[in-house]
Amino acid sequence: MATISRPVAGEIVQPRRSAGLWSDAFGRLRKNKLALVGLFLVITLLLTGLFGPIIAPWPYDYQDLEAVFAGTGGPLPPLTAGHILGTDQLGRDLLSRLLDGARISVSVALVVQLVIITIGVPIGAIAGWFGARLDNILMRFTDVIYAFPDLLFIILLSVAFRDTAVGQAMDGLLLVFVAIGLTSWVTVARLVRGQMLALKETEFVEAARAIGVRDRRIVMRHLLPNGMGPIIVAITLGIPSAILAEATLAYIGIGVQPPRASWGSLVAEGQKYVRSEPHLVVFPAIAIALALIGFTFLGDGLRDALDPKLKGKQ
Amino acid sequence: MTMQQEPVSTEDVPTVIDLSPDEARREHQEQMARQEAERKDGALLQVRGLSTHFNTPDGVVQAVDDVSFEVGFGETLGLVGESGCGKSVTALSIARLVPDPPGRIVAGEIMFDGIDVLKLDSDEMRKLRGKEIGFIFQDPLTSLNPTLTIGYQIAESIREHMGLSQKAASDRVVDLLGKVGIPRARDRLDDYPFQFSGGMRQRVMIAIALSCDPKLILADEPTTALDVTIQAQILELIQTLSEEFHTAVLLITHDLGIAAGMCDRVNVMYAGEIVETGTVDELFANPQMPYAWGLLDSLPRIDDVRGERLRTIEGLPPLLINPADACRFSPRCAYARDICREQGAQLTSRGSEAHLARCWATEPEGWIS
Repeated sequence: MATISRPVAGEIVQPRRSAGLWSDAFGRLRKNKLALVGLFLVITLLLTGLFGPIIAPWPYDYQDLEAVFAGTGGPLPPLTAGHILGTDQLGRDLLSRLLDGARISVSVALVVQLVIITIGVPIGAIAGWFGARLDNILMRFTDVIYAFPDLLFIILLSVAFRDTAVGQAMDGLLLVFVAIGLTSWVTVARLVRGQMLALKETEFVEAARAIGVRDRRIVMRHLLPNGMGPIIVAITLGIPSAILAEATLAYIGIGVQPPRASWGSLVAEGQKYVRSEPHLVVFPAIAIALALIGFTFLGDGLRDALDPKLKGKQ
Repeated sequence: MTMQQEPVSTEDVPTVIDLSPDEARREHQEQMARQEAERKDGALLQVRGLSTHFNTPDGVVQAVDDVSFEVGFGETLGLVGESGCGKSVTALSIARLVPDPPGRIVAGEIMFDGIDVLKLDSDEMRKLRGKEIGFIFQDPLTSLNPTLTIGYQIAESIREHMGLSQKAASDRVVDLLGKVGIPRARDRLDDYPFQFSGGMRQRVMIAIALSCDPKLILADEPTTALDVTIQAQILELIQTLSEEFHTAVLLITHDLGIAAGMCDRVNVMYAGEIVETGTVDELFANPQMPYAWGLLDSLPRIDDVRGERLRTIEGLPPLLINPADACRFSPRCAYARDICREQGAQLTSRGSEAHLARCWATEPEGWIS
């Protein structure tokens, strides 16, 4: 008589180990090729920002006058000995200046988003959680900020605070970053408020209230983590516009001061020689474009990965 | 042993120091015993004249209207009725969880263990919730936070109310999970709700409700979202644990079968009012209100003829905006006479002190006997 194999209690297959929201999301992100390209670009940018000046062949403000005078006396073209990307009109190595500029772009990405998070998340959370009158006041305030012309506000701020300690910090860059942040937290605040409004009606929030959890804790531990996905996406997608805003400001001469240069001011400087020496514009422009594409792809990938509706698909 | 976690005020300290530790302990025990004895006389929960209204664009909905009842220590009281007759709002009112606005408790008194619940400020109320009053919700699938681990969510209440260390709290969580019948509890602390089945999640909800040894559990249709076999397990679990911990339960259900099996006494609610109340035996053997008959009659029976339709109560509960002074069930009642449509009946005794009904027809001088 054949023995019938029967599952024995001890043989029950161990359930899959806790995956959790974030590792699940990362699993989905890994299957998205564009997002991986974005992630690669972002990591490259971050590493360049960290180690750029160390790997740079020259100091960013070193003028290689010998090479310049040996040539035409103008900017050196790319692939010149010692200067792979050429030099600018003052004989400064373009690659070294780009690598140094990466540092500025990375700090824009970080500092501006930090300002946005510190202002936008609390305002959105408070408005959404308490609702009623407080919500109305805070949201009308954000409307006012939203309606105010960004560029004008940033220019006014940087002029007004130029001589203060904040204005001097980081070669005057900190002030510009903070000013950019002050004009762009509105989107995140609105997003967080929307998340709060939706989530505070959920039953698990009611359940948390029913066991006497403090309001603060409900917001911090129950609401924010559940609303984190869209917030992260908004922040990632907000980085390109921050980098672009800094580049724009640098282009019109606000922010980074010579001899340092951000990618935006490199484009602005190079523009004068664009007909004879296009590389002075092309390389910084490519750097800006790659950074923007990186963050945008990553942001799109994160949006798909963190969207619970997509769970199980793909 | 449960102790009050009240901070000792500085005035109390000298009297404690005067006594030797033994004396102090004896003193304390005697005091606890006295308090216990005092409490045993009264009910754990007394609800008197509770009215909860909701402001809606169409008018004020009187969701709960002048409801009074008591729950004794360790007693299981059923609250039965159709959807929308005010059962859940009653429970939410007791825990003061009615969303305000639009809801508001407009009248009444809720005495819980000698505390006037409606007079507490929001912080005192928060300390009562979860610690003294546990809550089991209808839908375990949505009542757990998907982004937090099971262990965290059970420990949350313990940390909030009992001030235990991380280690002690986590031991207690494992203990609780074992009590509610979750195997290999320690391995499952770091699991997320989506890794649990519906029945398991309801067990987790029960563990959360029991986590601080509450004196009362408000169970709002705890088995509605579960299938029948799991229902039986969950109900049995609630019953055994409430007996073990001597916890009173206010069980809200629309299923009379559940009420019959679980409860000591049952309140039948209709349209925001209690229409009949009595012990399970009285109510099921001798219901005194046509609505209760209708509810009992609509249960499927083992001797039903196959293929026949199940019996229902015709019509729907009324909208509770400015209800007329009439028996609220009269529009759906087969036995209604003119007096029912002109004047609402009072809750009056039907034979025993505990058995009350709100019906003109079954009064001693009524037309049904």
